[in-house]
Amino acid sequence: MIYEGSRKGRRATAQAPLEKADLSSIPSAMLRDSQPGLPEISEMQAVRHFTRLSQKNFSIDTHFYPLGSCTMKYNPRACNTLASLPGLLARHPLAPETHSQGFMGCLYELQEILKTVTGMYAVSLTPAAGAQGEFAGVAMIRAYHDDRGDTARDEILVPDAAHGTNPASAVMCGYKTREIPTGDDGDIDVAALKSALGPQTAGIMLTNPSTVGVFERRIKEIAELVHDAGGLLYYDGANLNAILGKVRPGDMGFDVIHMNLHKTFSTPHGGGGPGAGPVGVSKRLEPYLPVPMVDFDGSDYLWLTEHERPQTMGRLSAFAGNAGVLLRAYVYARLLGREGMHRVAEFSTLNANYLLKRLMDAGFDAAYPDRRASHEFILTLKRQAKELGVNTMDFAKRLLDYGVHAPTTYFPLLVPECLLVEPTETEAKEELDNFVEIMMRINQEAETQPELVKQAPHTMPVRRLDDVRAARELDLAWRGD
Amino acid sequence: MPFIPHTEDDIEEMLAAIGVDNIDALFDEIPDELRCGELDAIPPGMSEMELSRLMQARARADGQPLCFIGAGAYDHHIPAAVWELTTRGEFYTAYTPYQAEASQGTLQLLYEYQSMMTALTGMDVSNASLYDGASALAEAVLMAVRANRKSKSKRVLVPRNLHPVYRKVAHTIVRNQQIELVEVAYDSGSGGIDRADLDRYRGEDYAALIIPQPNFFGVLEAVDELTDWAHANGMLAIAVVNPLAMAVLKPAGEWGEQGADICCGEGQPLGAPLASGGPYFGFLCSTQKLVRQMPGRIIGKTVDLDGKPGYALTLQAREQHIRRSKATSNICTNQGLMVTAATIHMSLMGSEGLQRVAAASHANSDKLTHALTSLPGVESLFDGPVFHERVVRLPIAANKALRALAAHNVLGGFDLSDDYPELGDAILVCATELRSEDDIESYRSKLERVIASQVETPCQLKPDW
Repeated sequence: MIYEGSRKGRRATAQAPLEKADLSSIPSAMLRDSQPGLPEISEMQAVRHFTRLSQKNFSIDTHFYPLGSCTMKYNPRACNTLASLPGLLARHPLAPETHSQGFMGCLYELQEILKTVTGMYAVSLTPAAGAQGEFAGVAMIRAYHDDRGDTARDEILVPDAAHGTNPASAVMCGYKTREIPTGDDGDIDVAALKSALGPQTAGIMLTNPSTVGVFERRIKEIAELVHDAGGLLYYDGANLNAILGKVRPGDMGFDVIHMNLHKTFSTPHGGGGPGAGPVGVSKRLEPYLPVPMVDFDGSDYLWLTEHERPQTMGRLSAFAGNAGVLLRAYVYARLLGREGMHRVAEFSTLNANYLLKRLMDAGFDAAYPDRRASHEFILTLKRQAKELGVNTMDFAKRLLDYGVHAPTTYFPLLVPECLLVEPTETEAKEELDNFVEIMMRINQEAETQPELVKQAPHTMPVRRLDDVRAARELDLAWRGD
Repeated sequence: MPFIPHTEDDIEEMLAAIGVDNIDALFDEIPDELRCGELDAIPPGMSEMELSRLMQARARADGQPLCFIGAGAYDHHIPAAVWELTTRGEFYTAYTPYQAEASQGTLQLLYEYQSMMTALTGMDVSNASLYDGASALAEAVLMAVRANRKSKSKRVLVPRNLHPVYRKVAHTIVRNQQIELVEVAYDSGSGGIDRADLDRYRGEDYAALIIPQPNFFGVLEAVDELTDWAHANGMLAIAVVNPLAMAVLKPAGEWGEQGADICCGEGQPLGAPLASGGPYFGFLCSTQKLVRQMPGRIIGKTVDLDGKPGYALTLQAREQHIRRSKATSNICTNQGLMVTAATIHMSLMGSEGLQRVAAASHANSDKLTHALTSLPGVESLFDGPVFHERVVRLPIAANKALRALAAHNVLGGFDLSDDYPELGDAILVCATELRSEDDIESYRSKLERVIASQVETPCQLKPDW
């Protein structure tokens, strides 16, 4: 705990101005009468403390991290270095266009690249993360219906396997949500969809490949059904990595999509962000895109704001979104180039199918054994839980002892005891083989020493934590010893 | 192949294991008519070396002008250690700490962040960040409407001297839930909230009053009276503060008799570079009573099976991955890495360091105002006390003056004429601790020349930028 090294009067003096300037022009009643209670430590103490904290993390740079739905692939260092050039870091967000052409050129070209790779008519880069992109997308659907006077549509359809952000975003846009069940083969239950569609349908939010790790084969038919009912289709880009350069959401019939650049375009996940969630739209939703956007008139790059785009759904952040993340994604896209895009889909899919096959050969149960995996797949440990009393969480925790970050557990909820595994394209075959070995060893341990697995992890900085206590006896900030 | 490790042998072995002839066969569930062709509009791949040249040219093209713009993003010194540590792969390439045992570094750091933010703002609890200051305000409004059980209205009072884009963003995010943001005027003398205009809403049913400190004009509000006014009228008080200002100003948790209920703002002054507006981070703090209405991740301290202290995501029943359509917000990914930088920044600066930065920025803005208003026709507009920004009115068209200054590589301030046409040719200027006396003199002398040339030959100046 940082405060434990704190001593009154100790400071990292080199960091701050040498003198404390006068504040006497501010009335004393407006000033604080105590110091703000930050730690008082030396620079070396701070460096050592945070270095040691970092060492208590699993990360892509240190561990295999097959966290399904999160696309934890290698984050090229060039993306960070080139997005952090002094001129880019120093640029004030309100600098005039005369002093922004270099930066705006990168954004404009990124917009164009994302348009091409998704098959959408236009792209706005401003949403700060996937969930904000979802909000923007659904708000555009709403603006479209409202502008047509089609105001009776008050419902968004969401598959039962969808990310929790989907229904939460729809509700933030003032919609009700209705769940559509997933069929036994992993595709949407089209009969249930048909009966749910009606004059109240504003749209549907889909992920394709879906969160169960398979491609929605009847997508064309679904798009026609929804459009015929007057609704629009929203594409959740969480799994775009699986189809990059192979099939495009625009060609599938989607009207609006968001992309998670921190997934598909390899910007860092940073311990929980920042992300970037650009949105792409079909022609009919183009007027509603969030601002600002960047335009190019043949010689100069120009900002497009409310002035030029009066029908915009609005602004989502004080400036232009997570610009530094966009620059990292731009660098990544330029390094890959057109020929690198489809390789992302090819090798992430190759890795996932290989890993799935090897795990099935090793006796593990796939949730959808008859389907081709996309860039990720679901195992179900229902049998192990029932026969050995060792559940998915136990497997996940034991994986940590073997130096592998656990796959996503218990999502999607419709598959019991599930592990959602996404190896990504940047892992080598031997890493995948090693994962299979480890899973087999844990399975063996579950048979012979179940307590070893149920008590795992054993080698982490802490053992399993008391989550109930964390929620009941709330301790959310240090208050002194 | 960039970033893909497979050899030809690997590919062959893997395809054989799967039982297909080629990689394309793995996409056989995608209907043929949907498959896309070549992506010709995307340029071919570049080497790191070629791309470095391109990016360096672009970074240079933006010229690194001398910057006196604030308006929500402030140019402060960031200790060298902050980003050296933040970009360690173990922070940079980890994700949301779902597996607590393998994420104690990030989790403890976030708990330390929450501790520092509550100390700085005087509030009881903090979440682990939102996207930015503007979207944090929108979440604060939603939170207040949910939390104020006394109020049946979905209306919130928003002063017109709050950052104009924050007002726009909040409107965009809350409007579809039929929440109305009602504007309160500012006092043309002091630049603070107009108390007479505010009193028109006395006794009416509003969920909350938003109180900026400082406000968009840089002016400090009478926060004690405003907070008490809100509470006396059954409203929650939402503080929107500059966290650096909190190092020297009365913290939001101590405003008035009971303190503000929610405190939010833009975290950028705590270790995030200007970087074209992001990534920054939004912070959100509140009283203990409102913690279950908070959006976003919250970290709690607990113990493990052996009774050893540890940290975990807590109160997750508020969040979208558990509650779905009933969640307090749709937010999932937040701004973790920026919070990492902020936590390290606050640790290195400490209380005294942050106070010195705040005081130096205050003093420099005073010097800047003196220098500029020494020019004939340049006047300071409001007489309320300020933190580190100030509105000055120019004797010539503000947009032309700023363009002419930019041609001399000086960003002279933020043009207020679009958002506040009633102020005339007013600009908002800021000088942080990074602006030296020479910088300020350079700005003054260039503005002097620009004014002179404009006055002599109105509208003739055509700078070559």
